[in-house]
Amino acid sequence: MNVEIKNVNKFYGYQKVLDDVSFEVKPGEILGFLGPNGAGKTTTMKIITGFIGLDSGDVIVNGKSVKSGETKSSIGYLPENNPLYLDMPVVDYLKFSAKLQGVKKENIENKVREMIKLTGLNREKHKLIGELSKGYRQRVGLAQALIHDPDILILDEPTTGLDPNQIIEIRELIKKLGKEKTVILSTHILPEVEATCDRILIINKGKIVANGTSKDLRQQAEGSNILKLKLIIPDNELVIEKLKSLPSVEDISVVDGETGRFEIKSHKGLRSNREIFDICAKNNWPIDEMITIETKLEDVFRNLTMN
Amino acid sequence: MDSVLTISKKELAGFFDSLSGYIVLIAFLGFTGFFTWLYGSDIFIRKQVDLLVFFSIAKWTLFFFIPAITMKLISEERNTGTLELLLTKPVSESQLVLGKFFAAFFLVAIALALTIVYYISISYLGKVDHGAIISGYFGLLLFSAAYIGIGLFASSISKNQIVAFLLALFIGIFFQIIFDILAGSVTGFTGKIFDFLSLSGHFDSISRGVWDTRDIIYFISICVLGIELAKENLVFRK
Repeated sequence: MNVEIKNVNKFYGYQKVLDDVSFEVKPGEILGFLGPNGAGKTTTMKIITGFIGLDSGDVIVNGKSVKSGETKSSIGYLPENNPLYLDMPVVDYLKFSAKLQGVKKENIENKVREMIKLTGLNREKHKLIGELSKGYRQRVGLAQALIHDPDILILDEPTTGLDPNQIIEIRELIKKLGKEKTVILSTHILPEVEATCDRILIINKGKIVANGTSKDLRQQAEGSNILKLKLIIPDNELVIEKLKSLPSVEDISVVDGETGRFEIKSHKGLRSNREIFDICAKNNWPIDEMITIETKLEDVFRNLTMN
Repeated sequence: MDSVLTISKKELAGFFDSLSGYIVLIAFLGFTGFFTWLYGSDIFIRKQVDLLVFFSIAKWTLFFFIPAITMKLISEERNTGTLELLLTKPVSESQLVLGKFFAAFFLVAIALALTIVYYISISYLGKVDHGAIISGYFGLLLFSAAYIGIGLFASSISKNQIVAFLLALFIGIFFQIIFDILAGSVTGFTGKIFDFLSLSGHFDSISRGVWDTRDIIYFISICVLGIELAKENLVFRK
């Protein structure tokens, strides 16, 4: 099941919150949706799930427009803040969700049991949702989104507020689900995006500013190669002079005032590793550490969203 | 329509899980019973074997309790964000509002059913006009439907339950009293309009056993209007 967003514009009053947003999610893809707060991630998701309308453009879910109202049964949605009925027991809530999603009566019991097993809620299933901790509530939210076996999952910040263990568990679950389903997930946590997503979309102030795999984005980014170097030398002065004179080196700085610790920035598109090795060997400066720092996704994000 | 039923059941169960259902029932029966049997122009003082006292008291107790039942129905869903989840499922705004309507209506019906005790009691006291009493209960049901409609509309406007409660009362007061007063002080065509809009006119005739389609239309129109407006409020957010 694929999702196509075509030239969507959305206004809240006079404020344009989505500006000609277009992208596509292919079947079986996990798309990471990134952006600063207020950029339009949640708005986009609310439009895809049919909760709010769009002002122009269209969203096509597996051939049908969201405007037709027929797309909702193919989508499982976990909204931001995971709203739940706190005074309902877990099992009752899942049954309720299943019924509303049109799961056939005969299948409901089984489906609920399946979901409880999948999300690890067995011990909590008779508790009221209000009695559960945040991590378990998140699992209930996921269970509700999956119970009708939708082809498309839309998860708005699914790991917010979870502890590191729970985050890993949810990520594994999402990766597993992503093998068969189309998943759009939004998050602020950049490592999470790299760990779980096939492709990344960055939105800023209502506009899409990046669309590609994390490798694509890094290559597009303006970062230069940075090298962390540690040499066993008596003194910095001579070394700095010599290293700076290397053709590929743009700049060199001393780290923490330590002798022998440097950060070397190469000119755009160049790598200095070999040259540095050669000159250190020639001058007998033992290399204790040489680490290439990859352009971080954080920097890509920052460059694209700070203006 | 399955969705309507699913939502109604959940809402009704919610009334009783959270105890609000029990509290409303007890308070309603308490007040109504007190004024019907023990105080003021009660049945024993009037010495007439009918439930007119009950019907006129219920008119006021329901007037206060129905907004209390309806106030949370939509505003809480908005508040907690569960509205978003509901409406992204294959459930329409109409089904949602109708589901809640029926849950509230059923709760009121239970409250009224519990007053059958009154009916049984007076039948021991003398000869009862059964038709009039049944008609009166029917009138109360229509009355309730209208006020639930108003209550739902009020709940759909605000996220704040207290605002929803007060707004429902505010709108209700017009039907309950104000149109009556205006009808009394104005003559001619305008007077006739207020006459028609005033609730007591329609209610009293039904509770006496006099059935006029205009009265039924009156209550059902208010009910439907309330439900429609509530639904529109939900659709509008798109």
